[in-house]
Amino acid sequence: MLAILAIALVGALAASLLVGSAANPTREIVLEIRLPRALLAALVGAGLATAGALLQALLQNPLADPYVLGISGGAALGGVAALALGGGLWLGSAAVPIVAFVGALGASLLLYAVAAAGGRAPAHSLLLTGVVFNAFASSLIVFATSAADLARVAGVFLWLIGSIRLVEPALLAAVAVLFALGLAIALRFAYALNLIAQGDETASHLGVDVPSVRRWLLAGTALMIGASVSVSGLIGFVGLIVPHVLRLWIGSDHRTLVPASALAGALFLVVADTLARIVLAPTELPVGALTALVGGPVFLVLLRRELARLPS
Amino acid sequence: MSEALVEARAVAHAFGASPVLRGVDLALEAGKLVVVAGPNGAGKTTLLRVLAGVLRPDAGEVALAGRPIAGWTRREIAQRLAVVPQESAMAFPFSVREMVALGRAPFLGPLGRESASDVARTCEALAALELEALAERAYPTLSGGEKRRVLLARALAQGVDTWLLDEPTAHMDLGHGLYCFEWLRAWLGAAPGRGVLLVTHDLVLAARFADELILLARGAVAARGAPGDVLTAERIAAVYGVEARVERDPAGGVLVSPLRAIR
Repeated sequence: MLAILAIALVGALAASLLVGSAANPTREIVLEIRLPRALLAALVGAGLATAGALLQALLQNPLADPYVLGISGGAALGGVAALALGGGLWLGSAAVPIVAFVGALGASLLLYAVAAAGGRAPAHSLLLTGVVFNAFASSLIVFATSAADLARVAGVFLWLIGSIRLVEPALLAAVAVLFALGLAIALRFAYALNLIAQGDETASHLGVDVPSVRRWLLAGTALMIGASVSVSGLIGFVGLIVPHVLRLWIGSDHRTLVPASALAGALFLVVADTLARIVLAPTELPVGALTALVGGPVFLVLLRRELARLPS
Repeated sequence: MSEALVEARAVAHAFGASPVLRGVDLALEAGKLVVVAGPNGAGKTTLLRVLAGVLRPDAGEVALAGRPIAGWTRREIAQRLAVVPQESAMAFPFSVREMVALGRAPFLGPLGRESASDVARTCEALAALELEALAERAYPTLSGGEKRRVLLARALAQGVDTWLLDEPTAHMDLGHGLYCFEWLRAWLGAAPGRGVLLVTHDLVLAARFADELILLARGAVAARGAPGDVLTAERIAAVYGVEARVERDPAGGVLVSPLRAIR
């Protein structure tokens, strides 16, 4: 199963190198533009989908998603703050994902404090908290960038809607390291997620030190979200759709679901970003517009089902 | 006196300003089935959470196998004590087999790799509760009674000797409720060193099967002892506010027939 996903991912990466607006791409276009962009899309997609799977189990709610919950908003706020103030503070671009991680962590802790009672977060309070926090973070982002440099407004739009752009190698390296750390934490605690998904109390009865495991997993999700958002902005719904489809296919065991989410998330975003490059070529769509186009309706269907299941 | 499997000494707890438990003493000895009964809000579930070590009481102490539970890690507790909760909402489609296999969690390494003996114990537990036919079904699609059997099987797979159960027969019909108590009795008698403590609203089944009945009222023990001694018409009136007829069953049990509520 994981092998199938891995092969599909390699195939998608290869295909993404071959298609694009240049009919006869040069070696430089393929190796220096398309390849890094495809790899970045894979990294971002893997991070968002894995974080989504983790959040869903942690909050015992299949509607959880880094974007919907406003955690991506927190990361974006951190990233923008680092960009806007970074020069003055002598921070290099590698600091952006780290500050974005801090923003994501802050947003998840806030979410926990407001929406989760006894570990379980009911759908309505999760969504309300996420909506409010997203609106708040977006306005702060616009405010910070406007105050810092008006000429960046077009860039802010791309950031808010979410897009894959080429980034400098130092930034890419920092993102890869953060993602790898987050994924390692996710894999280490994948089995504990099976227990936490039963509810905090049952997990305790079956031997899990819930507060400690939850701290690790929140840090892991924040690492992956911070890494993804700092290079791509607010790409929504990847973390919602990918784990959900995988659960239907391979079941709920997180020992498989977590690595499968990483692979399938990478696959999903590589394909989506390639489509975003070619559907309106030579104009490029921001990939976040594409994922929201698919993810919005899917989210509504899931929400309706979730509300039907839990009448409260 | 032999060492109790689990024991509470003068346990008191309050949520905010309202006391829920006021000085409860209780001991579960090996070989015994102890039932805690009492009206809604008497503190039964809170007592169970204190005994399981997930709620630290404001005062008093809980001892597991003679040692204060505060000194045990969650994993060490789970290697000795199984808790069968009431059915809870489950958001993800885990299969019945996966749910039962989680009983092995306290004995697995950090990555949760199951050995052949872990798998065998899971299969035995599925068989013991006649769940083989449902093994690949998604847990959320089961009926209430089936879910309860899955949770019992999970405790069985855990393979520990001390069980705490929260209203195991709630929402069960007459036959399933009876079967559940008979099953617990059989499990208890099948090996030495086992003990069951459960919370229930069903006085009839409690009277039939309990070695000791503890009647809890407003967070304190109103009466304890053999069910036949505890369940009297006066006490039921005082604790539940219900006028009831209590009859001795020639077979040794007690029959409680509620007649009307006393307002």
